[in-house]
Amino acid sequence: MEVDLLRTLRLSLGVATASTLLILPCGLLLGWLMARKSWRGKVLVETLVALPLVIPPVATGLILLWVFGRHGWIGRWLHEWWGWDIVFTWYAAVIAAAVMAFPLLVRSCRSAFAEVNPRLEQVAHTLGAGPWRTFFTITLPLASRGVAAGVLLAFSRALGEFGATVVVAGNIPGKTATLSLSIYSLIELGRDREALVLMSMSIVLAFAAVVAGELIHRNRRTTA
Amino acid sequence: MNLVLHRVTCPLDPFTVDLDLRFEGRVTGLFGPSGAGKTTVLDLVAGLRMPSRGRIALGGRVLTDVENRVRMPTRDRRIGYVVQEDALFPHLRVEGNLLYGCPHRVDTKSDVFSFMHVVEVLELSHLLSRSVARLSGGERQRVALGRALISRPELLLLDEPLGSLDRELKSRILPYLAKVRDEFGIPMVYVTHAPEEVMALCDHVVVMNEGRLVGQGRPEDWFEPDEGWRLKGYLKVS
Repeated sequence: MEVDLLRTLRLSLGVATASTLLILPCGLLLGWLMARKSWRGKVLVETLVALPLVIPPVATGLILLWVFGRHGWIGRWLHEWWGWDIVFTWYAAVIAAAVMAFPLLVRSCRSAFAEVNPRLEQVAHTLGAGPWRTFFTITLPLASRGVAAGVLLAFSRALGEFGATVVVAGNIPGKTATLSLSIYSLIELGRDREALVLMSMSIVLAFAAVVAGELIHRNRRTTA
Repeated sequence: MNLVLHRVTCPLDPFTVDLDLRFEGRVTGLFGPSGAGKTTVLDLVAGLRMPSRGRIALGGRVLTDVENRVRMPTRDRRIGYVVQEDALFPHLRVEGNLLYGCPHRVDTKSDVFSFMHVVEVLELSHLLSRSVARLSGGERQRVALGRALISRPELLLLDEPLGSLDRELKSRILPYLAKVRDEFGIPMVYVTHAPEEVMALCDHVVVMNEGRLVGQGRPEDWFEPDEGWRLKGYLKVS
């Protein structure tokens, strides 16, 4: 098995970036709804969102396989209508990483929005601003550091995702074999030196993301 | 001013705001001890809180009518609100705060609500590019007041704008409030628990306690001089 280090790195970064971007709008909306509104079914949604954090990632992968497989609820529909199979593709890796990273993003967004003084939003309304203008000019800028820290956390989680990805996207070199999956394959083949190189790369990336997140978080605390 | 609260009820803990009154003055002082429900009344008028019953109208406009399911959105009420804690937007500079309610800056001097006129009256020109974190308490209040004025409100609600200031700062800011009253001719509801502020600014006073109307009338009918001013023995002010 040939492992193109650069290609693997590019693939991992692509999957992590795409999955983070995919969950960002939904994470912002859900984080805001959880921080600001009371609604029926809120506890249920909170629990569902947190599930990927507490159940084994492989089990999450299995659920995704049921949903997106050719005979799954969504997969069947996609196959019949568009002839599109998601499972064992790059898209499946993105979806798996997105699902695993989503709870972290939502939690960060929720605390970031909860920290914004609701009185400021109310004042914006008295000055003629509607909900969207208030959100984009007051709430989001004031929560931006918390949201950015959440984005970095989600990105790091997506970058290191393994269990769900291997079930739903497989471990296809150059296609779905991300850093974590490639490290696993190389160890299995006894190619420890190459595994070590990939491991170092993933540590450097994760370290940079976590440090950036921590710096943003500290900056938020000192300016709050 | 023609602000009417008709049989308005709003449950709070541990009492219920229950009011049926008309604000009659050009500047009406809403006076009462801390926790009397004064801020709740302003929130009800601004549409930030919904009553459980009753109707609120300003001029010919019905703002809230619970029985007929009318609730005009806060953004459409044209009511300026200077909240107790000033609530300047911390990520915007002074100019950004001032222009939030009127993004298209108007510099016509003949227009009293123009950016230029408000900045001149409140003496804010040297502060425009400053971060709000670097403003003093008095400056913050002037910016909050200017921001509400530039949005061209039909009514101005002021919630203890001098409450957090010391005596010296209060005496420096009071003239600005009097200037706003005289130059803008806009009706105001001024919440306070300081009799001297009512005497200095208001031509009518509404006294409330535990969510209910105690009485209303001319300030001089309600307060008497006593090392400053005090309420004529109707109500103990904490």
